[in-house]
Amino acid sequence: MSRLLVGPFNRVEGDLEVQLDITDGRVSSAQVNATMYRGFEQILQDKAPHDALVYVPRICGICSVSQSVASARALADLGGITMPPNGQHATNLILATENLADHLTHFYLFFMPDFARPVYAGHPWHAEALRRFAPDHGEQVRAATAARQRWLTLLGTLGGKWPHTQSVEPGGSTRAIDPAERVRLLAKVREFRSFLERQLFAAPLEAVAALETEAALWDWHAQAPLGGDLRFFLTLVRDLQLDALGPGPGRYLSYGAYAQSGGGWALPGGVWRAQTGALEALNPNAITEDATHAWLAHAREPLHPLHGITRPEPDKTGAYTWNKAPRLGGEVVETGAIARQLTSGMPLVRDVVARHGGTVYTRVLARLIELARVVPLMETWLQAIRPTEAFCVPSTLPDEGSGVGLSEAARGSLGHWLVVRRGRIANYQIVAPTSWNFSPRDATGTPGALEQALVGAPVRDGEKTPTAVQHIVRSFDPCMVCTVH
Amino acid sequence: MMNLLWLQSGGCGGCSMSLLCADTTDFQGHLRDGGVNLLWHPSLSMASGEEVIALLQSVLDGSTRLDALCIEGSLLRGPNGTGRFHMLAGTGLPMIHWVRELAAKAKHVLAVGSCAAWGGITAGGDNPTDACGLQFEDDRIGGLLGADFRSTSGLPVINIAGCPTHPSWVTDTLMALAADTFKADDLDPLNRPRFYADQLVHHGCTRNEYYEFKASAEKPSDLGCMMEHMGCKGTQVHADCNIRLWNGEGSCTRGGYACIACTEPGFQEPGHPFHQTPKVAGIPIGLPTDMPKAWFVALASLSKSATPRRVKHNAVADHLVVKPAVRKTRLK
Repeated sequence: MSRLLVGPFNRVEGDLEVQLDITDGRVSSAQVNATMYRGFEQILQDKAPHDALVYVPRICGICSVSQSVASARALADLGGITMPPNGQHATNLILATENLADHLTHFYLFFMPDFARPVYAGHPWHAEALRRFAPDHGEQVRAATAARQRWLTLLGTLGGKWPHTQSVEPGGSTRAIDPAERVRLLAKVREFRSFLERQLFAAPLEAVAALETEAALWDWHAQAPLGGDLRFFLTLVRDLQLDALGPGPGRYLSYGAYAQSGGGWALPGGVWRAQTGALEALNPNAITEDATHAWLAHAREPLHPLHGITRPEPDKTGAYTWNKAPRLGGEVVETGAIARQLTSGMPLVRDVVARHGGTVYTRVLARLIELARVVPLMETWLQAIRPTEAFCVPSTLPDEGSGVGLSEAARGSLGHWLVVRRGRIANYQIVAPTSWNFSPRDATGTPGALEQALVGAPVRDGEKTPTAVQHIVRSFDPCMVCTVH
Repeated sequence: MMNLLWLQSGGCGGCSMSLLCADTTDFQGHLRDGGVNLLWHPSLSMASGEEVIALLQSVLDGSTRLDALCIEGSLLRGPNGTGRFHMLAGTGLPMIHWVRELAAKAKHVLAVGSCAAWGGITAGGDNPTDACGLQFEDDRIGGLLGADFRSTSGLPVINIAGCPTHPSWVTDTLMALAADTFKADDLDPLNRPRFYADQLVHHGCTRNEYYEFKASAEKPSDLGCMMEHMGCKGTQVHADCNIRLWNGEGSCTRGGYACIACTEPGFQEPGHPFHQTPKVAGIPIGLPTDMPKAWFVALASLSKSATPRRVKHNAVADHLVVKPAVRKTRLK
């Protein structure tokens, strides 16, 4: 057995280190270390509750709006505030713009460039991978960066700026949209749709979203194996067996994405069990965090976030990361676009996960399918805005109470738990998507989702930063700054 | 070409994400054509793991020339001065160690964002990680590198402050450095580039007519001026946010919320709720920059009494409820 310490990982958000034990050319055990701690949960202590909306977006520059939305939901829960329909549409538009920008960024800037590495020089598609995805010169990387820049101008209008808007309020959005602005915003959504339909899918969004089975997906691929970047990715899946690389725990968590004014979600959540193909209702009271292997104080047993504590203990023995281990009913779960597509009943994603589980292939595919599904939703939300009606109601927050804000960020389930005493924040706990996916071992020694997914990954002779490990790590689209916060 | 190395520490990565929103149809080409050669950036480069460590070593041993070192995020000195709140992955060494060593080799050192400039948000509360900026700790000079630090060009750390930074504050600075046209007197007293820090956020604010008449917003989404009640500091804060717009046509005030002074040292702990204006005897404590208090009070009371009905009503609505009159005056 040999041991590798891998880092710094780039093209993940934030700082990540992975320790690998290698036996017979494969990873036999992995430990995931989130190497940076800033202490947002400590910083938020004793603040005025509404001030959370200034601090929490700054946990993360790539999931900034997602943090705002979760916090606004927790404050709305605290104050019993219901936003008007226009506020809900605007909030969903803001959140969806960020989530889809993140999916685009992940695919083009973070994930695909690895296939342009020299290690793949012998493969027939390598020259094309270089042409499309080399990080500095790749044509598709550059085109996607430009499309992303244009796409995020939606948030200049809807939220003043991105990242770190303060337009997201418990009572709605501070930025009313007038009819002329709606026309412009719709035109921008169509511009992005056009990019996706020309470059990513080489097909209409609705045609991609209508693929129901894996057989249909591969038939569609066979029509033009290099047509568009999704089909190019599928070509790589076959050649490199990415369908078997990096299997997850088989349990998937989504809190539900894009709340609807009448109640319910555009993409309903729950817990999906791949083994039985069954959807279970989420029990938020079953969420706990276990700090046994974190450089943080831990209680006798795992704590529900409403009672969670965050206090650094940098010299703690047995600890190897700043991240706590979130568990749902004691179990390890995976979260992300793949979970959202499973719980919301997307047939193709359910079919590919039934056949292959959560792997590099299915995680990346689910993210791209989500792009195809959510852009049309955004068009309907823009159409549903009623310009003379309110976008925001003022929020009055009580001096005593608690609130829970569950939301879906690009990378998965994000929860904020808030306790207020005498008008000040007495506790604020955040469990981020990558806190789940890149969790350390818990008190029973059970490894987290990535730690499990890395076991079995091939390591080539002489590799110090194994390529397969990089594919698996990036397939989760980790955000390390959110993870620890 | 100017060799640029970009590292992130105790921040959120948002200045990098903002940078990618630069107003260009070809971001990667834009930098290259501006004379900037990216040695490595955490989000934008191929190299990972040992390839990165080898690059950092080659800078330290002098075999790779480092023209510009951009640091994003606060420098985490804790716990107890060890820097262990951020170890650079794969190296077993604290990030503050790497930053000190690399800064000594760099022709220019840039603090990208208010975290790297002053400590910023990460230094909020009781500053659990002992976070500071490269050469400042809030408004006190010092920080990680010390008051006397000068990069080999002779300049102090260039503080591109903001939370996040506007993409073109960064690209304009980098391209001016690459062209060798950026000099010591291009920095303001807090070592921010004057091209954006010599403006006030108030300049170009679309709520200006409401400001003139002190027709104030009272709740989120109101169109009125946010200085009197909503915590807006735009009349005091150095930045060109309402001239150089964000993500197309945006700015904080255009987005319907207050300027919280994110380019200024110490903005993270204002001593009052961010969304409320602190007042004494009904008068905001923070008055417009360069304006004597007595004048402000006199003008405010006069303009309040002269507020047109249109401005007064629209100030507390989220869309125009009274439109400007159309008169046959031929605008004489």
